[in-house]
Amino acid sequence: MSITIHDLRKRESSYLPGSAACPGCGATIAFRIASRILGPNTVYVIPACCFSIIQSPYPRSAISAPILNFAFAAAAAAASGVQRAYKFMGKDVNVVVWAGDGGTVDIGLQALSGAAERGENIIYICYDNEAYMNTGIQRSGATPMKAITKTTPTGKQEMPKDMPMIVAAHRVPYVATASVGYPFDLANKLEKARKIRGFKYIHIFSPCPPGWDFPVNKTAEVGKLAVDTYFWPLYEIEEGKLRITVKPRKKPLREFIRMQRRFESLSDEDIEEMEKLVMEKWNFLVNLEKLERIF
Amino acid sequence: MVEGEWDIITGNHAAALAAKLARVSVVAAYPITPQTTVVEYLASFIESGYMNAEYIRVESEHSAMAAVIGAAAAGARTFTATSSQGLLYMAEVLHWAAGSRVPVGMAVINRALGPPWNIHVDHQDAMSQRDTGWLQIYVSSNQEVLDTIIMMYKVAEHPDVMLPFMVCLDAFVLSHTFMPVKIPRQEEVDEFLPPYRPRHWLLDPSEPISFGNLVLPDEEYQEMRWSIDLSMRRALEIMEDVAEEFSERFGRYHGGAVMKYRLSDADYVLLTSATLASEAEVAIDIMRDEGMRVGLLKLRSFRPFPHRDLRESLQGRKGVIVIDRSISFSSGGPMGNEVRSSLYDISGAPPVVNYIAGLGGRDITYNDLIMMTKDAIGRISTGRLKRPYYWYKLKPEYQRVELAEEVIS
Ligand SMILES: Cc1ncc(C[n+]2csc(CCOP(=O)(O)OP(=O)(O)O)c2C)c(N)n1
Ligand code: SF4
Repeated sequence: MSITIHDLRKRESSYLPGSAACPGCGATIAFRIASRILGPNTVYVIPACCFSIIQSPYPRSAISAPILNFAFAAAAAAASGVQRAYKFMGKDVNVVVWAGDGGTVDIGLQALSGAAERGENIIYICYDNEAYMNTGIQRSGATPMKAITKTTPTGKQEMPKDMPMIVAAHRVPYVATASVGYPFDLANKLEKARKIRGFKYIHIFSPCPPGWDFPVNKTAEVGKLAVDTYFWPLYEIEEGKLRITVKPRKKPLREFIRMQRRFESLSDEDIEEMEKLVMEKWNFLVNLEKLERIF
Repeated sequence: MVEGEWDIITGNHAAALAAKLARVSVVAAYPITPQTTVVEYLASFIESGYMNAEYIRVESEHSAMAAVIGAAAAGARTFTATSSQGLLYMAEVLHWAAGSRVPVGMAVINRALGPPWNIHVDHQDAMSQRDTGWLQIYVSSNQEVLDTIIMMYKVAEHPDVMLPFMVCLDAFVLSHTFMPVKIPRQEEVDEFLPPYRPRHWLLDPSEPISFGNLVLPDEEYQEMRWSIDLSMRRALEIMEDVAEEFSERFGRYHGGAVMKYRLSDADYVLLTSATLASEAEVAIDIMRDEGMRVGLLKLRSFRPFPHRDLRESLQGRKGVIVIDRSISFSSGGPMGNEVRSSLYDISGAPPVVNYIAGLGGRDITYNDLIMMTKDAIGRISTGRLKRPYYWYKLKPEYQRVELAEEVIS
């Protein structure tokens, strides 16, 4: 039974009007969907990131859910503590980390890895805007190759970390990628994660208009094109079994790249090169899908 | 080991037992010498069913502190322990704990900082965290370790305090040394220390509160800092009340913020903390036998700092000798400086002679304490107070350089 627009409309989001997000922010779209699925019995642990600002300043809050704002490096550890305290008290509450890519793939990786290895019963959600946006667009370990950021003014030289696979290698029960361009795919993955016990990880592609430099009304389109060009494949790994959840007809990568000024330094040859990498990754996933288990 | 009986145990064992008796429900900890056995005791207590708690075996001290803060935010009484580099690695989240007003408990086994590696006693680790907003108590015996941790939960969880605390015990001198300890019975501790029921903010889905979101300069950031300061100051009296209640129930009194020994008629006061203070009792007895009017003021609480207590106790004396086991480079001992600032505006305040001694575990015996006291009295009575602080027991070739500096300055 998959989630439909009617289901989503029936549920209340804990994202209130009047937040401090930029217009067109992909992370807020992701949060609205997530909070609808996770429901009111949920607490969030949020490390330093755009969402620290998006919530809006004290004494107000643009989110009607309990939030523990936390230091950049240790959200997964703080969430472990929260969850264990509830466990001790016999309370069943969804404990969710809501973190940016920097707080996940870079500074927060140690705490995340520890919590995953211990099998903490939490949902870790990374909304990936592919750079440090809160501090004004610097490269992170998730920034794609060739993307311009303020610390890679001529384009990043390195490939991003494959974070979902890094987490999957911890043999956690559930890992998924998602994109705000495919909201129902995201909703269904959240619904699954909510029901599974143990460490769940969802990595959501969240376009960022000011960071990537595209028009604010194109967020969903950029999020969808990332999937349709195979730049950001959607898959899930449940108990070690990988499944590609959306298999679109491949569009040329150029369509995705050319929508964003962060990739403006890419030549046609660069795009060709990237197209190759993207296909390699896709074929790799297709091959993994054939296996009984990948971990 | 039987509750309600005497036993001979280490300081680390006493710390772990205190956490059990305080009915801590979430423990998160990461090993570091010489704290390691605390972690091991807790693990065995919990796995054997002797203690009922969740144990989070984290991957670092930063995460250990984060986890106990998270658990406390959800309403649990929590405990962790660390030493040295581990405490420094927590630095960021130590501030987070105090700013969150969660009464987390921690045993800090004071150990020197690297480089070079040194696992022995030294107070630099805790002293360098003095401005984190944590209550900081230094103890002198294994009994005091156990009793103080139990007492401090009551202080820290008092609605007027709501701050985290660290109980500091000297590496090896307490952590690994067996001493007789009276183990209280669980029911006695339960009667003394009620369950933790946070009266203000809590992570609770039925009452959503955003905790720790951005505060702009015109909102209450400064007032929040003020309220931590106010609570710290309030904690001084509460600590005294709790110590008295504890002594009525258990028959043991270790002092509130300070402990006085043969002080009332003393001309000169030796002021120090931790195990140096128990060594100092021996030194005082010997000097008294020699006819010297000396007394001891043991500083238990470094944060909050008992300014009023000190002013009252030290006013009118001929001199105060402060011995620090840490150094604020180029400025002297943290206690020495604090005592001076406490006395500064009292007319006819006694001179303060500050010694830096025993760093990295260098042995300091009662003889050394007598030497320092006599050296200080000599300096005071002949007016040879040339420097704000003195290094004690440097190796001779280094001492020559230090003395030459003294002549120049
Ligand atoms: C220890 C520490 N170092 C640096 C910072 C500054 N800082 C705050 S948020 C941030 C970047 C966050 O990036 P990301 O996690 O990708 O989230 P985003 O802002 O992009 O949503 C940085 C570097 C910090 N808060 N703490
Ligand atoms: S910078 Fe990007 S991620 Fe951050 S709030 Fe703005 S749009 Fe959202």
